[in-house]
Amino acid sequence: MEEQELTQEIKPPVSTKGPGRWLKDNLFNTWYNTLLTCLALVFLFFAFKGFLTWAFTEAEWGVIPANFRLFMVGSYPQEQIWRVWTVIYILSVLMGLSAGLWGGLVLRFAVVLSGVWFISALLPFGFELSTRGWCLGAIAMIAVSFFLGRDRTGLRSWILGGWILSFPVIMGVLRGFGENGVLTSRWGGLLLTLILAISGIVVSFPLGVFLALCRQSRLPVIRWVSTTYIEMVRGVPLITILFMGNVLIPIFMPGFDINQVLRMILCLIFFSAAYMAENVRGGLQGVPRGQHEAAQAVGLNYVQTTLFIVLPQALRSVIPAIVGQFIALFKDTSLVSVIGLIDLLGVARSILANQDWLGLQAEVYLFVAFIYFVFCYAMSYASQDIETDLGVGKH
Amino acid sequence: MAAQENALNDPIIMCEDVHKWFDDFHVLKGITTSFQKGERAVICGPSGSGKSTFIRTLNRLEEHQRGTIIIDGVELTDDLRNINLIRQEVGMVFQQFNLFPHLTNLENITLGPIRVRKLTKTEAEEVALSLLERVDIADQAYKYPAEISGGQQQRVAIARALAMEPKIMLFDEPTSALDPEMISEVLDVMRELAHSGMTMLVVTHEMGFAREVADRIMFFDEGVVIEEAAPADFFDNPQHERTKLFISQTLQH
Repeated sequence: MEEQELTQEIKPPVSTKGPGRWLKDNLFNTWYNTLLTCLALVFLFFAFKGFLTWAFTEAEWGVIPANFRLFMVGSYPQEQIWRVWTVIYILSVLMGLSAGLWGGLVLRFAVVLSGVWFISALLPFGFELSTRGWCLGAIAMIAVSFFLGRDRTGLRSWILGGWILSFPVIMGVLRGFGENGVLTSRWGGLLLTLILAISGIVVSFPLGVFLALCRQSRLPVIRWVSTTYIEMVRGVPLITILFMGNVLIPIFMPGFDINQVLRMILCLIFFSAAYMAENVRGGLQGVPRGQHEAAQAVGLNYVQTTLFIVLPQALRSVIPAIVGQFIALFKDTSLVSVIGLIDLLGVARSILANQDWLGLQAEVYLFVAFIYFVFCYAMSYASQDIETDLGVGKH
Repeated sequence: MAAQENALNDPIIMCEDVHKWFDDFHVLKGITTSFQKGERAVICGPSGSGKSTFIRTLNRLEEHQRGTIIIDGVELTDDLRNINLIRQEVGMVFQQFNLFPHLTNLENITLGPIRVRKLTKTEAEEVALSLLERVDIADQAYKYPAEISGGQQQRVAIARALAMEPKIMLFDEPTSALDPEMISEVLDVMRELAHSGMTMLVVTHEMGFAREVADRIMFFDEGVVIEEAAPADFFDNPQHERTKLFISQTLQH
């Protein structure tokens, strides 16, 4: 009997704090806290009242749907818009397949994206009928490929290959061939922003990892070259690099016709890789000496040790810093307007310069800010999710 | 005794005048010795005496700057191929376990066999599971190292080393980082391994284990082997003053 009592499970005491108790404990516990709370409430009321009154009565939101195409694709020609949709469909299929194979984060993104297409298709204003059709088509693509990819784990490496291969394919589709295609100088809006950001992120990440490894190399020449590169790039403002790249890249590579978009992508990659390298190096230094030794003792060579032991541990410990760099790069793409490319922010400015829309800065910039926020928050959300998945801090 | 007899013709490790410096600090001052196949040697000595450094030179975690080390007929030089060959034949167990925290216990064990010995995943997992059975923690296979106790981690580390089918096992103070309760479970595994005929070099302060299992005890001080003998002679009839002091101090508690 006694033993039973000893081993009886005792539950932790139940917390009795309800929301009312919390308010009292934290906001109204002393007379001056009560006063501060009231003052803050009054201030918030007036601030929000002003904003909400403006947003619902004065603001001329009509500028957004009227210029929606410009925001999305800039001056990409109307009759070639199928190219953009083709790209969206390629990505939808890949996303649907991935969602079916991996579930989790990708699945959640696929659902949200489908939701966005659905709302766009049903909005009571703005889009033409054909656009609504394209939107519904995108949902169908995601859904069908989701069911196709469901639980076919054997497809995983193929899909990963597909994502990598999709990159040049997408560029090709958007550009087309020669005169019948769409010159990159006509790419613009969110489309251009995404192309710049995604190319920058996708290439600068592995390049940054490579530079970080070089900086830790035992061969002095490699170490010096890498260190010099990183320090030089970090010592120059991005805007300077963009200006210089625009002028210098054609001089360094005569005979190649490198368009401005490509030049800017190269500049963003060079710039971001240097920061990425330092982030990754921080992670590399955090991997204990014993891990290298254990890997060597098992007989792994340098490449295997780096790939299977060092990098997985180094990278997961610096996910926040790396994603921070991705987000910074995404926002830095707005600087390409200095050489005349019309990205999302550039579109906003050109619309505001139009006589029809004078004085609508607040509406236009709020909308643009919202779009930037959605993408940056998605990256931040993904990074937290990946951290939980990898059990950072747990094992 | 049988091990020692056939050992004389069959040294698996040969060290000739091995020197090692850390900057100006002379850690190993000319170690000349050899180990026979199946021999169990315990290496002891005060901290800083070079005993850990010595066994770490045997799989090139430390580079020796003078002398020769020949392991199973292959000389340790800068030649990466030789180093990799030798590392596959020499398993090592560390004081701090050094398990890979981002991999499960099972993956810790299968990584080497898959990547170095080129087994398939299924084969490697079969080997790993039977090794986990052998060290008595098959039920922890799919957990991560951080989720099991220190004693269990060290047993996983032993299984990881054994999965490479080494001819020699090096133990670098395998129980020094463990709570007293967990020391015996690790020593049991090592005892079992010793009885299976594995060539073992063990740096340890566990004198009971040394007396019971070792064929030979080597006493290191200031980078030289100042005394080596079979356990009975070593404990009951030490020759050197330094050894006498060490034994009296370690056996006190």
